[in-house]
Amino acid sequence: MTVTELLETLPYGPAPEAAKPALEWIEAHKGRFGLFIGGKWRDPSTQEWFASINPANAKPLAEVAQGGPEDVNDAVKAARKAFASWGKTPGHVRARYLYALARQIQKHSRLFAVLETLDNGKPIRETRDIDIPLVARHFYYHAGWAQLTESELSGYEPVGVVGQIIPWNFPLLMLAWKIAPALAMGNTVVLKPAEFTPLTALLFAEICQNVGLPAGAVNIVTGDGRTGAALVEHEGVDKIAFTGSTEVGRIIRRATAGSGKKLSLELGGKSPFLVFDDADLDSAVEGVVDAIWFNQGQVCCAGSRLLVQEGVAEKLYGKLRARMERLRVGDPLDKAVDIGAIVAPVQLQKIQQLVQKGVEEGAELWQPSWAVPAEGCFYPPTLFTNVAPASTIAQEEIFGPVLAAMTFRTPEEAVKLANNTRYGLAASIWSEDINLALDVATQIKAGTIWINSTNLFDAASGFGGYRESGFGREGGKEGLWEYVKKAESRLPMADSPKSKSRAKAKTAEAISYEPPAISALPPIDRTAKLFIGGKQARPDSGYSKAVYGPQGQLIGEVGLGNRKDVRNAVEAARGAFEGWRRTTGHNKAQILYFLAENLEARAFEFARRLELQTGADGMAEVEAAIQALFTAAAWADKYDGVVHNTPIRNVTLAVPEPIGVMGLLCPDDQPLLAIATLAGAALAMGNTLVVVPSPAHPLSATDLYQVLETSDVPAGTFNIVTGERDELAKTLAEHDDVDVVWYAGPQAGRAMVEKASAGNMKRTWTLPESGPLPGMDEILRQATQVKNIWVPYGA
Amino acid sequence: MVTLSRTPSHPHERNPGTPFDLSAVEGALVNRSAIERRAATLPTRRTVKKEWQAAWLLHAITTIDLTTLSGDDTPGTVRRLCTKARQPLRPELMQALGIAGRPIATGAVCVYHEMVPTAVEALKGTGIPVAAVSTGFPAGLNPHALKLKEIEASVAAGAAEIDIVISRHHVLTGNWKALYDEVRDFREACGPAHMKAILAVGELGTLKNVMRASMVCMQAGSDFIKTSTGKESVNATLHNSLVMVRAIREFYEQTGYKVGFKPAGGIRTAKQALDWLILMKEELGEEWMQPHLFRIGASALLNDIERQLEHFAYGRYASMQYQPLG
Repeated sequence: MTVTELLETLPYGPAPEAAKPALEWIEAHKGRFGLFIGGKWRDPSTQEWFASINPANAKPLAEVAQGGPEDVNDAVKAARKAFASWGKTPGHVRARYLYALARQIQKHSRLFAVLETLDNGKPIRETRDIDIPLVARHFYYHAGWAQLTESELSGYEPVGVVGQIIPWNFPLLMLAWKIAPALAMGNTVVLKPAEFTPLTALLFAEICQNVGLPAGAVNIVTGDGRTGAALVEHEGVDKIAFTGSTEVGRIIRRATAGSGKKLSLELGGKSPFLVFDDADLDSAVEGVVDAIWFNQGQVCCAGSRLLVQEGVAEKLYGKLRARMERLRVGDPLDKAVDIGAIVAPVQLQKIQQLVQKGVEEGAELWQPSWAVPAEGCFYPPTLFTNVAPASTIAQEEIFGPVLAAMTFRTPEEAVKLANNTRYGLAASIWSEDINLALDVATQIKAGTIWINSTNLFDAASGFGGYRESGFGREGGKEGLWEYVKKAESRLPMADSPKSKSRAKAKTAEAISYEPPAISALPPIDRTAKLFIGGKQARPDSGYSKAVYGPQGQLIGEVGLGNRKDVRNAVEAARGAFEGWRRTTGHNKAQILYFLAENLEARAFEFARRLELQTGADGMAEVEAAIQALFTAAAWADKYDGVVHNTPIRNVTLAVPEPIGVMGLLCPDDQPLLAIATLAGAALAMGNTLVVVPSPAHPLSATDLYQVLETSDVPAGTFNIVTGERDELAKTLAEHDDVDVVWYAGPQAGRAMVEKASAGNMKRTWTLPESGPLPGMDEILRQATQVKNIWVPYGA
Repeated sequence: MVTLSRTPSHPHERNPGTPFDLSAVEGALVNRSAIERRAATLPTRRTVKKEWQAAWLLHAITTIDLTTLSGDDTPGTVRRLCTKARQPLRPELMQALGIAGRPIATGAVCVYHEMVPTAVEALKGTGIPVAAVSTGFPAGLNPHALKLKEIEASVAAGAAEIDIVISRHHVLTGNWKALYDEVRDFREACGPAHMKAILAVGELGTLKNVMRASMVCMQAGSDFIKTSTGKESVNATLHNSLVMVRAIREFYEQTGYKVGFKPAGGIRTAKQALDWLILMKEELGEEWMQPHLFRIGASALLNDIERQLEHFAYGRYASMQYQPLG
């Protein structure tokens, strides 16, 4: 076209970024890549290669090795070998390596960006302006944590060899999110990139070589799902970090159950994007563009559910359609393209099927008037209105440029709709009223909340999910805990021998605090019931279970709780949760102090009961339990969040929130102290509990409900179900309305609980049934999940 | 046959203004962070290269209000500027660009009242309108009656466009009705001349005020709203322009009247001119890229555009000394 012709309509022309340097890099490797193991490149034991394809034109880019189990084994061995020294390398030295990696990424940023765009299909604007700068930022930020390890993480040590499996939607960024904190904390890594997008990880491996990173500290094993499975199952791996679908996350949760492997999962989402009638609607529209048409909508935290206040819905939809008309879909290497290629034909088909389903279910489809390129893997931006919460496209993660819109009337309804999902990764809230925005932010169950913004990421802010969106955080200090363990760790730990306290068990005659006999009459039979919803309840089964003392003498009976009792207790705990969560820390503390006060009033009785059960020094334990309740009360109003130092003008609030309804299966040792410590902390953090006392020593727990009743503990907050530990644990772990299970018990039970938790991907924390209790820092972390709320500001 | 001369001056119905509507003013909501983000990513989401860029830059010339607003302006310097406005590109450069012989000129020449007769004379027969800054430009704190007289004098002297300044204190004290009345009076005084309302955004304190002042000025019948006098410490920026452009869109949706936009002050490079054209295209569409709805107030910009066009035409980087001064 001539300049004169162009003057008539002033169109955008092509503005392609050159692919040549990236293609030359591939060519320099003769188009074929091996595995990076122990600092060396080698062919896969399988002698198989697969093609990595450019989704924008369906042309193969390179051949990539299919890593087999042998390769995974060698990589884990190499990582283990490297860990021996890397794990002991001073923080400053590790910081130097991470700094060098950050610098290298910046120096080669355009090569990384172009290669990523070629391999993944995402627009060059995004790889150039978002992905790669964030990658560099992640390494810089964690260089800092490496530097500070000794001072800020004293008492902790690296986990060991970490297996990391990353998805195809942000290939290099997810690599950075995984590798940077792992290396910073002194771990070594075996990373498996996604099958669709392995190339930038291989370029990264070269950079590791260039900076002289010790051989084996980072190993890159390409391959498909089989390679990932081999890594997950490998016994030499101490931790698995996975980002990907909830479906695969569930498989990994089951596969690692009982292995003692630490696990962090960042999974799917169906994140809400809420627009209130006092929002800057034009800006909200632009927010939607960044929410669902960023990276073709292939974003785990994509704002894929648009919830609009009814009064402004039509206006917003109108603006949105006009904006969509101006989006540009096409060659991802074009600098003026908004939406690039869908990663692969299989993903495109999935999107097409779900859109079809949306139409069939009666939602109203709108797409721009223009057509997407016929060649390559493209899909137009799509808006569905009149979507009902029950429709498939409102429930299922589409992972494509498809937005499902529905309306709400009140903030309360907005929250209800927002939380009406199995996921809980992120949410975006648009309102010019800070009261409203923050109120809604505290109520949405999601790991990241963006107010008047969306899809903001930074290394200083923890990212991760609630509910079936997974657990663990990446970024911020909260992300570091995934890559360290207590230097004197209890985990993983084999079943420990019986507690030493048994050895000095007192004989029945030696038990002190014997209440004076009131009369010569026989004692009155006591019945320990279950405690559910603030009421004593008989077990549904109608059976009781005998409780014996250390000498084998019968000392009482407790109800044999069953599934239905657990069901009732969970229901009570769920009902109490919102109220308890909102109770101020000060008031929670008051109740916990009061609990301690009332416990002390009955110290003799509890001491005696403890000695009858365990034979250990009862009064010492009662005193320790009172102290533990004081500690919990103390923390109730002191477990503060932080304001993260993210590099935009905003406050990023990292708020520790309760996880929700907790199943707490208590250890056998020091039964009263264990409850006071674990339940006290969990309550202090705002969780509501279904407590299953140690089957060996349940009577201290059942005695406790009388104390609970007199201490203003709200009904339903603290429920007690006695019975067979593993039977009750299974019901709790499988229960979809239980958000977290802490289980202390034998190895088989730990494995069972972890496996069963995969149903709703609840968090679990498993401990041996005896041995010392964990430290308070760890307990509090396990009792909370961090929500990051981004609040940009500006007059 | 494409003409590069301005499209017919005002193909659309002039904005007659509306009754004062406080709800439309106070209902305006602006989120600064989101506005800044959009403004920052506009130039990273869109770009034009090669022939496309050349076409856009040629077009940009036709949107320039070639301006001189200095205390030391003389008839001589104004005549020089007018000559540049009539022939912004060297003939041999136009030849190299394949547009030889086609009429191309800036959108207007913009001067103080005193220089209006000189400019009108120098531009006679070209169709290039003369714009006069007015109403006690730049501070706008002269007596109201004198401001009206000033407008009338400039119109009588042949100015076809009047760039008025608003009383910033009306905005800063939230006296929207007073602002409306003031601008309404200006508009009446302008008569057939087209009125551009200068908001002086750098002195309005908040983006919300920019949005609200834009709405009031459009209700009062402005043909254009303009960012700045060029004399404030903050003049045209992409983000305050974005707010004004969105106000124009909102006003159009509410009333059906099209109001033009003129960023002024600090736009000196060809790249900036492209950024603003991208802003117009993305937020308001192609019609709002045309000179009857879009002007850039600038003096140095033209020479930089010439350099970029020369680079496109000859493939080598150009020097300022080869570009005739205005």
